[in-house]
Amino acid sequence: MRSQPAVDRAAGPPSEGASVAAESSAVDAQRPARLVVVWCPDWPVTAACVAAGVPLHHPAAVFSANRVVACSAVARSNGVRRGMRRREAQASCPDLAVLAVDPARDARLFEPVAAAVEELVVGVDVVRPGVVAAPADGALAYFGDEYRLMETLIDHVSAKAGVEVQIGIADGLFAALLAARRSCVVEPGASRRFLAPLPVTELDQPGSVLAEYDGSEELVDLLRRLGLRTLGQFAELPERTVSSRFGRLGMLAHRLANGLSERPLDRRRPPADLAVDETFDIPISRVEEAAYIAERLADELHAKLAGRNLACTRLGIYARTESGEELSRVWRCSGGESGTNGVPVAARGIADRVRWQFDSWLQGEQRPRSGVVTLRLEPEEVVEAGLLQLHLWRGGLGDNPADDQADERAGRALVQVQRLLGPEAVATAVLDGGRGPAERVRLVPWGDVRGDEAKGAGARSGSGQAEVAPWPGRLPAPSPATVHPEPVRAAVVDHRGRPVRMTARGALSAPPARVAVDGGPLWEVAAWAGPWPLDERWWDPGADGPAARVQVVLAEGGAPAGKALLLRCRDERSPRWQVEGEYT
Amino acid sequence: MAGALTSTVPGGTDTVDGAVARLASLPGLTTASEVAADVAGASAAGKLLPVVPELEAVLPLRGLRRGSTVSVTGSRAALLALLARATAAGSWAAVVGLPDVGLVAAAELGVELRRLALVPRPGPDAVRVAASLFDGVDIVVLPGGAGTTAASARRLSARARHRGGVLIAEGRWPGAEVELTCAPGAWDGVDEFGKGYLSARTMRIRGRGRSSAQVRETTVLLPGPSGRVEAGEQALRLEVAS
Repeated sequence: MRSQPAVDRAAGPPSEGASVAAESSAVDAQRPARLVVVWCPDWPVTAACVAAGVPLHHPAAVFSANRVVACSAVARSNGVRRGMRRREAQASCPDLAVLAVDPARDARLFEPVAAAVEELVVGVDVVRPGVVAAPADGALAYFGDEYRLMETLIDHVSAKAGVEVQIGIADGLFAALLAARRSCVVEPGASRRFLAPLPVTELDQPGSVLAEYDGSEELVDLLRRLGLRTLGQFAELPERTVSSRFGRLGMLAHRLANGLSERPLDRRRPPADLAVDETFDIPISRVEEAAYIAERLADELHAKLAGRNLACTRLGIYARTESGEELSRVWRCSGGESGTNGVPVAARGIADRVRWQFDSWLQGEQRPRSGVVTLRLEPEEVVEAGLLQLHLWRGGLGDNPADDQADERAGRALVQVQRLLGPEAVATAVLDGGRGPAERVRLVPWGDVRGDEAKGAGARSGSGQAEVAPWPGRLPAPSPATVHPEPVRAAVVDHRGRPVRMTARGALSAPPARVAVDGGPLWEVAAWAGPWPLDERWWDPGADGPAARVQVVLAEGGAPAGKALLLRCRDERSPRWQVEGEYT
Repeated sequence: MAGALTSTVPGGTDTVDGAVARLASLPGLTTASEVAADVAGASAAGKLLPVVPELEAVLPLRGLRRGSTVSVTGSRAALLALLARATAAGSWAAVVGLPDVGLVAAAELGVELRRLALVPRPGPDAVRVAASLFDGVDIVVLPGGAGTTAASARRLSARARHRGGVLIAEGRWPGAEVELTCAPGAWDGVDEFGKGYLSARTMRIRGRGRSSAQVRETTVLLPGPSGRVEAGEQALRLEVAS
């Protein structure tokens, strides 16, 4: 079974490789990390065969909802294909072993493989059952060159876990996975060139990042029908065009086709207190208990992440057993599971991974000697969950393409401030219906939906008057430039010094002659206007009751010139007069 | 005059061009056309954030130069009006530490509220919040004066310079490149009998750049009857009438 790995050099002669390396150093920030990927071909079938006791040379396929999701090489050579119905598959290969899909089983049986890889390479992440990835730099430095590394890994895994694997080395997970399928090494910085001639359908292969998202199949089909047959052709499209035509999923696919990582790199280490852990009085040794706890911890972690607008892309699962053994495994979590708002791993995804890992620890061959007493979930790498939302949001204004970048930059700065002060501290304003200058403003915390798209044109022109419903009693522009969040009390008297009050019919008892604000000196009123009666919220017993607004211009001398106030007089409450705003 | 000038110059080319060329060759002297070229260059290079045409006259470069600090005293409406054109053109602005800013007025003055971030309560360290906002926001508005020490004010101005943002302070700000002093004038539209409603106000704005002694002055309607800034002729007429 074991043969010398068939290794191709994907990138050209050494001189060319050197030039690629040189040019890549300039764009190093853009270049994803170099990874070595260990891939077990047809892992679901291999795992299912092992679990069901079917010999590996027997044709076998794993079915879900009556369709083939994976089949062994033997079955494939007999004409079984992914997506076939069971009847079709059995027709083309009568002695096909029909096996059911079971992600937990796949994960459980994969643990020995991951452990075997880990014995040779540090920093191993399980991408999904069947694929592990590890940073290549350290391993290459140790083993000298790619061939030695690949050969040693293949030998070791097959000896330890009894599984045939293929290995690929490239920049970025997507390219490395495709390289593993071809058992080849892609020179540093040459991922894009390696990907260019490959068919665009590679985007949608099972297990690729994109395949986990809804709608990826339609996207790839659409690209193919548009005549974009290779990844290179797709990658050559300008980013803006892709984003406007294919949306978020298209952008993701475009990044992958360009040999970039699936989202822009964010090197910040997650804050330490994001980890959740729990210590159990009674050690856990049964899978059912573990599943229950996994669910709970996953929810807790997810809530913690969501509260900071973060999403986890690599999840570390650590456990300690009663006898002091330390178990650990890092899972990569890509998109998909949440589907709706771009949060890569929702609670469900975290819980699944924890449960699978527990399964493999508790039921594996090298099971710990005692039950687990401490479980810790630690997000090893996080991204801003809003990062993708910004892309969605960019359609909103659409007047100037140069704005998009500014919007994104601004969005990041605002998120940074939210981190300092809390999510409620940063807001943008939406003008809504209402009469008073304060009532018309609704502050929306940054990152929330503004909800003004429907009446877009009016709000956008900034005139503030182009809303649909009329608000009788609303004062026309100009509005006060200072609006007190808490109204300031005021006293208004007539020319004889008697307090001015509002009559039951909404008129003033006397023309206002002097005004004092917040216990200050009395200022002469030079001109005034109003009252504009307000009979709002009459159905609400807790409301203020009838009121009226009055504008006053204060006379020069004493008060600053041109000072004008918007006052509100209430019928029944004290203080009777309030300053709502100032025309500053 | 011309005779006196030519007599000092050997060769005696008493054309205007020659005189200008000689004057321009003196160190520290800038001709009007060079100033104009500077303006055109700055705005072409994206170093200038636009303001509404009515306020261009009071700013040395007829716009908000990126990296500069502007202080506005006397009128918040004028401050908001400065943001209008830039936010409408795609720049972002943030207002830090002014919980009482009138957002309806801002919208009426032409500010694009979608690109106006508000941090009404930045806590004890408003300067730090403002500094981190400069990472992505072009204009940051901050209350000047109390609560900001001269040292932290200088640091924040330096931050704005470094990030290419514009710091607008409401009130005095040590080391501001441009100081706008607004003198609100009479209101139009109301009388002493309670008729009408506030519709327009004349405002005299004086702009002084730190680098030049020249004081630029303009009179505008701020706000005008539409809520926006309106041109000065009408304003002058009103001022004369009142």
